[in-house]
Amino acid sequence: MGVGLRRQNWIHPMRIVTLAAFLAAAVAATPVRAAEDEAARADRWHDLAKYIFDGRQPTETAGWVSIDAPTRALDAALVPITVTLAESHRIKALYLVVDENPSPVAAHIVFGPAADPGTLTMRIRVDQYTNLHAVVETEDGKLVSATRFIKAAGGCSAPGAETPELALKAAGKMKLRLSNQAGPAHAELLIRHPNFNGMQMDQATRLYTPARYINRIDVAYNGQRVFHMDSDISQASDPAIGFGFKSDGTGTLSVDAADTAHSTWHQDFPINPHGT
Amino acid sequence: MHQFSHPPSSPPNPLQNVPMPKFSACPTRRQTLAYGFCLCCVPTRLRADAPASFQEVAPGIHIRRGRDEDASETNQDAIANIGFIVGDDAVLVTDPGGSLADGFSVRAAIRAATPRPIRYVLLSHIHPDHIFGAGAFLADQPIFVGHRNLRQSLAARGAFYQSHLDTILGPGKAGPIVQPTLPVADQLELNLGRRRLTLSAHAPAHTSTDVSLFDHATGTLLPADLLFVGRIPSLDGSLPGWIVQLPALVALNPARAIPGHGPLSVDFRTAVADLTRYLVTLRDQTRAALEAGRDINAASATVAQSERPRWKLFDDYNPRNVIEAYKELEWE
Repeated sequence: MGVGLRRQNWIHPMRIVTLAAFLAAAVAATPVRAAEDEAARADRWHDLAKYIFDGRQPTETAGWVSIDAPTRALDAALVPITVTLAESHRIKALYLVVDENPSPVAAHIVFGPAADPGTLTMRIRVDQYTNLHAVVETEDGKLVSATRFIKAAGGCSAPGAETPELALKAAGKMKLRLSNQAGPAHAELLIRHPNFNGMQMDQATRLYTPARYINRIDVAYNGQRVFHMDSDISQASDPAIGFGFKSDGTGTLSVDAADTAHSTWHQDFPINPHGT
Repeated sequence: MHQFSHPPSSPPNPLQNVPMPKFSACPTRRQTLAYGFCLCCVPTRLRADAPASFQEVAPGIHIRRGRDEDASETNQDAIANIGFIVGDDAVLVTDPGGSLADGFSVRAAIRAATPRPIRYVLLSHIHPDHIFGAGAFLADQPIFVGHRNLRQSLAARGAFYQSHLDTILGPGKAGPIVQPTLPVADQLELNLGRRRLTLSAHAPAHTSTDVSLFDHATGTLLPADLLFVGRIPSLDGSLPGWIVQLPALVALNPARAIPGHGPLSVDFRTAVADLTRYLVTLRDQTRAALEAGRDINAASATVAQSERPRWKLFDDYNPRNVIEAYKELEWE
């Protein structure tokens, strides 16, 4: 707790772990409450899964999918996560669910023929201590999940650094970072966007900044789909998505993105064997 | 890059023109010492109600040394170096402090020092440890002065800061959000009565709302949180922006500078050199991490570690500084 309290600071509002969260942690430290919390989390996931997967429940089987994330996030508004998928299964899609967030489905990704689904990275917002679920859907309809608990809080209501007008001015600017490592091509796509989630209040007007966020990203390599992603307010501002794709040397990676205000952006990134 | 347009200069009789009010050490401290305890051994809860002790760092400039801690119920967010400047006609407060209680302690110190009216309250930047004391001065109806960006920045973050400060200090203890009534667009000259002050609004550096103050009478620079000494700097504006503005502060060649955090008496050039070394290390190693394809998490654990022994609260702030730097520099 002592260490935890020192975690709050004023560099950036998103980083502040609330007292409520600490109290929750303190309570959770006692075995009885821990068991109750665990049961409550399990119930929450059961209900969520039922809703998301239309009545079906994913099974948690080791070796299919794993999540890597910091146990205690430094910045609740920017929690970097890595999802690793076993390549031996024919994977059609991936769901990423932040159980306790107001809008839990952070991403639904459907892979295309140019995908190399091995590793995916993302930056998400975490509103309170939560389980994170990654669920893969195989081509023959199996649902397999992995779970990871994350300690972070306040990432959803935290205001960004910029004013809404300024933040929207730069929206849609993109950048692609290619890794130079050997093996399958891996890229990280950055898109400027404030991803307003409707929970950030303007103190002057006492009004909430209306929700406006990136809700669709399509990436294709030489005309073939790498992935289609439906995203939500659980994605951090300036979304960053890392993904693998099947590259045969030279080509073009095309990105189409759209937000909830029906703004769309398109950019082509030339790919060459030495990276761009 | 931002620079003062006027080089610092002194009026003919700077020291004679400035009142030198008396401000005695607080009795609590004397009592405490009389009982044979050093102050550092007294439980901090007992100290919270003691009047803050101010030091007259230059004639008419009174500063309270903030604690090198994070905000807590015990310290009531009195963690920044804050104070006031007394002229022939009026008083300027900078900054009003980190909570309503902190603000009232500044106000009490002013009233003990001078009967002159509190005409200005400068809010040096958006961070709560500097501005939430402003509510203690509302009754004085001063002019609240702040960076041209402060209003919007407070609109976006003020309520969030306030609610979180309340959870730490206790409900209602943070104080109200007080908006600036006089913006500093670029530079602003204020006169407290034979005491000329130049306020400068900076481009994004420590934050996007930094204002520094230069007192011509004594050649004193109050850069607020553009200067951290001993306590790890926090980055919330622009890393390259901060680095590029430091030489301009040095070029002012002030007789003294009072950091926003750290000792009240410092060697200014050495302090700026230390800060610059940290910021440049943070920048260069973050760029190297980006170049090497290291992700934001791995970078936050490895960048600028060579600086650890040099700064208080390093582990609390450095990883976050790396994340801020990473988010900014990845778009270069």
